[in-house]
Amino acid sequence: MSVFRNAVFLAAIAGLFAGIVMTGLQSFFTVPLILQAETYEAAAPAHDHGEGAAADHHHDEEAWAPADGAERTFYTALANIVTGIGFGLLLVAVSEIAGGITGWRQGLVWGFAGFAVFTLAPGLGLPPELPAMPAANLLARQVWWIATVGATAAGLALIAFRRSLPLAALGLALIVVPHVVGAPQPVSHETPVPADLHQRFVVTVTVTNLLFWAVLGAATGFIRTRFSGALGTPQNSLA
Amino acid sequence: MNTSTTFGAVESAKARVLPLLMTGLLGVFIIAVSGFAQMDVVHNAGHDYRHSMAFPCH
Repeated sequence: MSVFRNAVFLAAIAGLFAGIVMTGLQSFFTVPLILQAETYEAAAPAHDHGEGAAADHHHDEEAWAPADGAERTFYTALANIVTGIGFGLLLVAVSEIAGGITGWRQGLVWGFAGFAVFTLAPGLGLPPELPAMPAANLLARQVWWIATVGATAAGLALIAFRRSLPLAALGLALIVVPHVVGAPQPVSHETPVPADLHQRFVVTVTVTNLLFWAVLGAATGFIRTRFSGALGTPQNSLA
Repeated sequence: MNTSTTFGAVESAKARVLPLLMTGLLGVFIIAVSGFAQMDVVHNAGHDYRHSMAFPCH
């Protein structure tokens, strides 16, 4: 049980820290762009979700939503911290199985891998969206997103941890295949959101996520060195 | 409690894998709920976050 407890503890501290940093970055950089895009939402053609699911999409006006301002920011912060811990748990689990992170610098490399898996790869086919932008069927996009994340992670792991040329080639293929298949796209890309606003949003989301992953990875590596006795000395081999 | 003797040579690598898998599954579960769950309340609460993380949201 101690391995589990220590892993959760490590992920919780690193995730809490990265989530707080991410909330600060979002408040300054991405949320203002989201709010700006929402002003176009009223003017948007009824969201066509590929399957004519416009009615589905409409966030139920009856449902609870946080009030704009402090309350909304609070829930964004909560979501950031909770998910920061979720990503932290995943990072700690995978890196421990691979032998454990030896310090903040190696943690940074793990963070870059997380960024490549969770932001870069899915973002190529499904760039970050603003409100009032058309998109394909939600379920189809979620399936593609999850499959791309899984394939990219498996591909990177084959390249990084198996010293074999055929397996490295297989890993590379796994990373490429989701983009050959292609992400589900909307019937029409027509949107009232100006292209330059969206372009800024894509860059901002990508860079803030890079910073989130860099902080999460480095924090995990740094904190881990503080109690390496508890999780076992990092090894170079797979557990 | 958390001395290095608890782990190291005593605890084999295999004994570590199961709790680490549980750790990873817990992480996946948390990400699934906060990033993908369709419940309106969860969606509305995490709206700005989901957009900012580029999760397929709308």
